[in-house]
Amino acid sequence: MAKFDAEAKAGLSLIAPPFLYALGILAIPLLTILAYSFLTDGYLEIIRDFTWANYAEVLTDPIVLVVMMRSLIVAAAVTALTVGLAFPVAYYVSFVVRPERKAMWLFLITIPFWTSYLIRVFLWKVILGYNGVVNSSLTGLGIIDEPLTFILYNVNSIVITLAHAYAPFAILPIFVALEKIDRSLLEAGRDLGESRAMTFWRVTLPLAMPGVLAAVLIVFIPTIGDYVTPEVIGGGKIPMIANMIQVQMLALDNRPLGSALAVMAMVVVAVISAVFLFLNRRFLKVRQ
Amino acid sequence: MSIHSKGRGLQVYSVLYLLFLYAPILLLPIFAFNSGTIIAFPLQGFTTDWFVQMWGNATLRRALTNSLTIAFSASVLATCLGVFAARASTRFKFPGRGGMMAFIMLPMVLPEIIVAMSLLVVLLGMGVQLSLLTVILGHALICMPYAIAILSTAFSSLDRSLEEAAYDLGESKWGAFRLVTLPLVMPGIISSLLISFTISLDEFIIAFFLAGNEPTLPTYIFSQLRFPRSIPVIMALGTVLVLLSIVLLAIGEYFRRRGNARIGGSPTGGLL
Repeated sequence: MAKFDAEAKAGLSLIAPPFLYALGILAIPLLTILAYSFLTDGYLEIIRDFTWANYAEVLTDPIVLVVMMRSLIVAAAVTALTVGLAFPVAYYVSFVVRPERKAMWLFLITIPFWTSYLIRVFLWKVILGYNGVVNSSLTGLGIIDEPLTFILYNVNSIVITLAHAYAPFAILPIFVALEKIDRSLLEAGRDLGESRAMTFWRVTLPLAMPGVLAAVLIVFIPTIGDYVTPEVIGGGKIPMIANMIQVQMLALDNRPLGSALAVMAMVVVAVISAVFLFLNRRFLKVRQ
Repeated sequence: MSIHSKGRGLQVYSVLYLLFLYAPILLLPIFAFNSGTIIAFPLQGFTTDWFVQMWGNATLRRALTNSLTIAFSASVLATCLGVFAARASTRFKFPGRGGMMAFIMLPMVLPEIIVAMSLLVVLLGMGVQLSLLTVILGHALICMPYAIAILSTAFSSLDRSLEEAAYDLGESKWGAFRLVTLPLVMPGIISSLLISFTISLDEFIIAFFLAGNEPTLPTYIFSQLRFPRSIPVIMALGTVLVLLSIVLLAIGEYFRRRGNARIGGSPTGGLL
């Protein structure tokens, strides 16, 4: 018991600096936002009266609803697209690529992620734009007469840009889950007379699900709060929830309302994530 | 036979996917050396003017100096804090470990706009002048989870008996840490510094809201994206940044693998 106390003490004193730092720079600001969301906005100051009015306004304003729904739809589409496209790549690197070349593949996949996010977003605008690479190539080749409009500075181009930005976040967790699968289980499935497709469906996929679930959350949560892509691609005309929070906080200087928006966004994301994990709980029990 | 055909289909798909990932980056140098001022095809002619203009730009230099200052300070701070957390979580059992670690790792999934806005509200409320320092505080917070992820791998694969041998041979706790543990996790520390540096160098949201009037590279780039005339110079800058990131990452990867080799680990695994 004394040893346990000594170990706990050593561990706690080691964890203290990073934990206190996160407490000061993250927890206190988050709690401040939470407190602000219940206060009233005065003209130049915040009035310290407890109120639910900000939440009432956030929940009933049709514009907030439109922007929140847009953020959710974009995030859901990006997540489905990213994870769907990433799975075969993760599968290829884990099951087909020779072990000594796996590190190189992962390195190649991660490099684009580390290059300037803003410039990448801007380049997607260039690629998908009216006179962009896609449209000028297709019209040049005579395949289309008019530029494609469904990829022009709209929600679709936001989705494509974000699907590109979050690709490594989807590939890596799925790859890690696939790597952990005991290969003899697959052989057992085959030996017992399952077809290759059924072995994949009944053995590989369920075992890979923890990685897929991690990928879904890692892509979905930050995407819903993306600020740069709607700003650059949509030119501020198709805001998502992050842009709206920023406008309330700074441009309109209504911090209580902005805080209520931020808290609502966090609650929505947390609830969706929790429901998603609950619905998929059977896959999390699979391992060990 | 069927194994090979299945593998080939996946391979073609994966190569196409890589092309999708690299598409924007491959366009960068094309437009950086294109003499036309409009970023579109067909290309005009070859020029290095944009790189010359980039070099002569005073605001850009200021942004670069600021970004390097921030990235250096934030990566050192994040890595120092990360060493404590990684050591604590891999070596000791204590009450609340899971919860505290989860909270420290939270910025990895929290949208940056939330981190930036809440920190901004507190700083403004306290009357703190926005400066490079406030950006460093924010960047260290978001780099810390990545530092911990890398450092935990380094610390968890340490053989504890090496430290115990050092105690048995009369070293103090600090002496054993400095002489035995630290050299063994050094590749992880360097890798963590490089990754944190790269993240901070490219971070936009926190820099945009917490830097006050000081430009950083990403906020400078953002301010220039509105002006079509400035875009070619930004393409040149982007080309240089891509090369710089690749060099930094290759060095980081080299140290990570050397660290793995030293402790007998496998060479696989990504930068995350």
